[in-house]
Amino acid sequence: MALKTWKELPIGCVVSEPGSASEYHTGSWRSQRPVWNDAKCIKCGICYVFCPEGCVQQAENGFFKANLDYCKGCGICAHECWPRAISMVEEG
Amino acid sequence: MNLVENFDLYAPRLINKKELFSAGHRACSGCAEVLAVRLMCKALGENTVIASATGCMEIVSSMFPTTAWEVPWIHVAFENAAAVASGVEAGLKALRRKGKVDDRYVKVVGMAGDGGTMDIGIQALSGAMERGHDMIYVCFDNEAYMNTGIQRSSGTPMGASTTTAPAGKVSMGQKTWKKNMPEIMVAHNVPYVATACPSYPLDFIRKIEKAKSVKGPSYIHCFSVCPTGWRCPSHLAISMGRLAVETGVFPLFEVENGHYRLSPDMPKKLRPIRDYFKAQGRFRHLTDEEISMIQERVNTEHKKITEKAKYLKTGNE
Repeated sequence: MALKTWKELPIGCVVSEPGSASEYHTGSWRSQRPVWNDAKCIKCGICYVFCPEGCVQQAENGFFKANLDYCKGCGICAHECWPRAISMVEEG
Repeated sequence: MNLVENFDLYAPRLINKKELFSAGHRACSGCAEVLAVRLMCKALGENTVIASATGCMEIVSSMFPTTAWEVPWIHVAFENAAAVASGVEAGLKALRRKGKVDDRYVKVVGMAGDGGTMDIGIQALSGAMERGHDMIYVCFDNEAYMNTGIQRSSGTPMGASTTTAPAGKVSMGQKTWKKNMPEIMVAHNVPYVATACPSYPLDFIRKIEKAKSVKGPSYIHCFSVCPTGWRCPSHLAISMGRLAVETGVFPLFEVENGHYRLSPDMPKKLRPIRDYFKAQGRFRHLTDEEISMIQERVNTEHKKITEKAKYLKTGNE
C-alpha cells in the first residue's frame, strides 16, 4: 500500500478498486483470539452473522473459522454462540 | 425443540453469503453499526448506489487510498446525503430514459448517522421524502456524534453522559428526550417506515428487503450499539441492542402506508430499564429517582406504540 504523490492522485480522490480496504490487516489490533471447539459446534452460523468484520467463514467441513488477518477480537462471536463453542484466548 | 425453533436456529445460514462490505475497514472492535452496514449490503445486493453522509461509517470505510465498499458509493457533506441520493435517483432515471445506462433496476440508498439525520440533514431528508423519490434512507442511530468523540446530538437519550453533556454535581448528563425520528418520517406519509436493530439480523434483513421492494421513499431507523461511546464492553454490543428492545427503550415496529405493526420480536412484557442501563458507563451516575423518571416515560411511549399498533393495523381503515 504505497502512498501516492500529489501528481498521481486521481481527480476527486476517486477510489476505483472496490473492497481494497482488505489490503489493510486489522488483525494486529487484537488482544484476544476466538477459538472454536468443534465438538460443541452445531454449525448454526450465528458467529458468521454477528461478526462485524465479516471475517468468520465456513470451511468445507461445515465448521466455522475466523480469518485472523482481520479479526479484531471483539468477543461478540464467543458471547453470542448458543452452545458456547467459542472461547476467547489471550494473544501472545 | 419444535420445528419453528429449529428454523430460527439454522436460519442464519440462509442469508446472502456475498460480502459487499469488505473486511479490513477501521471500525472499533465490537462496532454494531458496521455490522448493520454489512447486513444492509447483504440485503440490498449488487444493484445499489449508496450516498453516505459524513460520520463513523464514512471514516472507517474509506480511508484513502482504499475503500471497503464493493458497491458504488459516494461520500457527501454532513447535511445532504438525502439530497444527493435523490439526485442520483433522478439522474439514473434520466440516463435510463435516454438509453445511456442498461435497463436494470438500481436502488439508491442514502445513509447517515443520528447527527446527520436528526440534526444536520433533516431538511434535506424531509425534502427528499416529500418529493417522493424512489430511494431508501437508513439512519444508523448510535445516539451521539461518536466519530468526533461522543458529543451529544438530538438522538442522545435522557440521562446519558457525553463529552458535551457531562454528568457531574450539577447535571445528570443529557437533559432532553430523544427526538422521535421514525414518527417524523411517518408524518411525511412515506410508504414504508421501520425501526430495526442488527441484534435481530433476520428481522433487519427482512425490513431492508421490504424497503427495497417498495416503489417510493422508505425510511429505516437502525439502532446501532457503540461500545466505545456507550462505555460498555465490546462483546456485549449485540446483547445491548437486544436489551434495548426488550426493555422498550427502542421498540421495533414498521409502518406501511400508515398502518402500524409491532415486530414479532417485541416482548409481551417489558424488562425494567435498569437491566439495560447497568452495563453502560454513560448511565452509571443515574440515581434511582432519575431512573424511575425515565422508566415512566419509556412505559408511556411503549403504551403509545402498542395502542397505535392496535388501532392502526392493516385492515382498520
